[in-house]
Amino acid sequence: MSATTIVAAPAVSLPPVSTFFQRFCKNRTALAAAIILLIIVLIAIFAPYIAPHDPARSSLRNILKAPGSVYWLGSDDLGRDVASRLMFASRLSLVASLQAVAIALVIGMPLGLISGYVGGWVDTIISRCNDALMSFPALILAVVIVGLMGPSLTNAMTAIGLVYAPRIMRVVRGSTLSVREEVYVRAARATGCSDARIITRHVLPNVTGPLVVQATVLMGQALLAEAGLSFLGLGTQPPEASWGAMLGTAFPYMAQSPVPTIAAGVVISVTVLCFNLIGDGIRDSVGRMRRSGD
Amino acid sequence: MSAKPCLRVENLHVTYDVGSTGFMGARRKLHAVNDVSMEIAAGETLGLVGESGSGKSTAGLAILRLIDVASGTVRLGETDVAGASRAELRALRKRMQMVFQDPYSSLNPSMTVAQLLEEPLVVHADVPKDERRSMVGRMLESVGLHAGYAVRYPHEFSGGQRQRIAIARAMMLHPELVVLDEPVSALDVSTQSQILNLLKKIQGDSGTAFLLVAHDLSVVRLMSPRVAVMYLGEIVETGPSGRVYDEPAHPYTAALISAVPFPDPERQRTAHRIILGGDLPSPMSPPSGCRFRTRCPFVMEICSKEAPPKVAIEGGGMASCHLHAHGPKLGGRSLVGFMKDRALVTVE
Repeated sequence: MSATTIVAAPAVSLPPVSTFFQRFCKNRTALAAAIILLIIVLIAIFAPYIAPHDPARSSLRNILKAPGSVYWLGSDDLGRDVASRLMFASRLSLVASLQAVAIALVIGMPLGLISGYVGGWVDTIISRCNDALMSFPALILAVVIVGLMGPSLTNAMTAIGLVYAPRIMRVVRGSTLSVREEVYVRAARATGCSDARIITRHVLPNVTGPLVVQATVLMGQALLAEAGLSFLGLGTQPPEASWGAMLGTAFPYMAQSPVPTIAAGVVISVTVLCFNLIGDGIRDSVGRMRRSGD
Repeated sequence: MSAKPCLRVENLHVTYDVGSTGFMGARRKLHAVNDVSMEIAAGETLGLVGESGSGKSTAGLAILRLIDVASGTVRLGETDVAGASRAELRALRKRMQMVFQDPYSSLNPSMTVAQLLEEPLVVHADVPKDERRSMVGRMLESVGLHAGYAVRYPHEFSGGQRQRIAIARAMMLHPELVVLDEPVSALDVSTQSQILNLLKKIQGDSGTAFLLVAHDLSVVRLMSPRVAVMYLGEIVETGPSGRVYDEPAHPYTAALISAVPFPDPERQRTAHRIILGGDLPSPMSPPSGCRFRTRCPFVMEICSKEAPPKVAIEGGGMASCHLHAHGPKLGGRSLVGFMKDRALVTVE
């Protein structure tokens, strides 16, 4: 602690952000998860340079090959290299989950802030709509929305974003309810801040902790939902590949060639696990950060 | 009292809804502040004292309209505060500010000192960024902090330093009135006097009027030439500090003052003290007649029947107590002589 303190700022004690990173790095599990996720992201970014084969080129002579030196993880039912396809698919899967979480944040965060801060009948209306949405199983609701909008990856992720917005809203509302009662919010009102300014400058920065945790965990869940929808043929459309779509196409041939199915499943599980572990790590680090110095 | 008061409060009432009594029952009201009136001249400090639950903090918050006013008038200079619209109120906020009791929770932990102090400037005055920075630096130095502290976060400071920051924030726009809600009670005794001296210095420089809400009588005596004593939402006695402390005219004031310990243990042992029994009655159902009668050592028959009148007291101020017109008929004299000569007490 002390060595880094001196490096960070000689006379001043640690600013909160670096304190957070120090705490996060002490959590070995979360750190390992973050490193694995970083590797996956790097693979996604540099897929065109790393992939041994063209992911879209099929070769009918090499259908359902076993893993070997040419096809690291075997080939699929159209003779495409599974390893290369997994690498390219990670781009689609990660961007799609990011898109879903972004939509959930854009919808859920303002609603949660308004609901928690304003209270009264506004809160009642927003919260009851929220409860109604949350009472549906997430994936079923997403299937209905995609069914209405037509199958495509963008529609699938918009649907998942809509379905997850209530979860973000709930977390933000809960934190807002407690932050609203803080003396510094009353002090801001005494200063003469408008409600909009109080919400953006005083409430929002103090609810980001739980929000970041929830968003990280939702990333994992969105990834899983994307995989589920694509598996059902409602998300990614061929010839594009996402992890879920690959799982879906490989599954019927599992008896002949189990490796592609298992590989896609493992990649999905590992990534989701990483997001969850990072979420836990952030929660623990942020939780202690709030209390430091008080 | 000077000719033009900075703050004039008349018949201020604050009530809280305490929920209904059972299903569809009538909403019950809690009278937190009941018919409070006061005046503060420009540049003056008025001390508002009372025990916990007496409504003194509530009165302070209501004067700034940080909680709703049930009825009554509050005027800041010529401007009506109690009846101001939301927009008018926001504009008014630059003329009246507040320092809160707990400096650990009154400063947003996610903002730097510079952001905290600049906020009033950003909200109320269109000051360019460079100028804001230098104003923050000057203000920090005038509250006894290094100007370079502006880049730090609140959690890096001690309680006394934080309270200096809170005071600096309140003074950024040179307000006419600052409500100090227990400004030193969360601090170490050694820090308390520094903060009080700072407040006195700031008042001398700026001419800001203070409403000092406190339960610590020695703090109020040091800071304010005039005090008002509150009990169960009502002001029971007002007057110049010297007169109120040395010659209290209301039994509650006398009890409060006799509870202040003497630094000399010998004197402490022999001191005549009034010890009040029981707790504050519930403000949901205040006692009939005089609100203090359930705990008053000099209670008489009339106390439960009639609310006591306000009586002008020799040496300045007023007190609301039946003892001045009935029983011993003090007629505006202090309670001290009466207490010394216990033969006057007629206890049934």
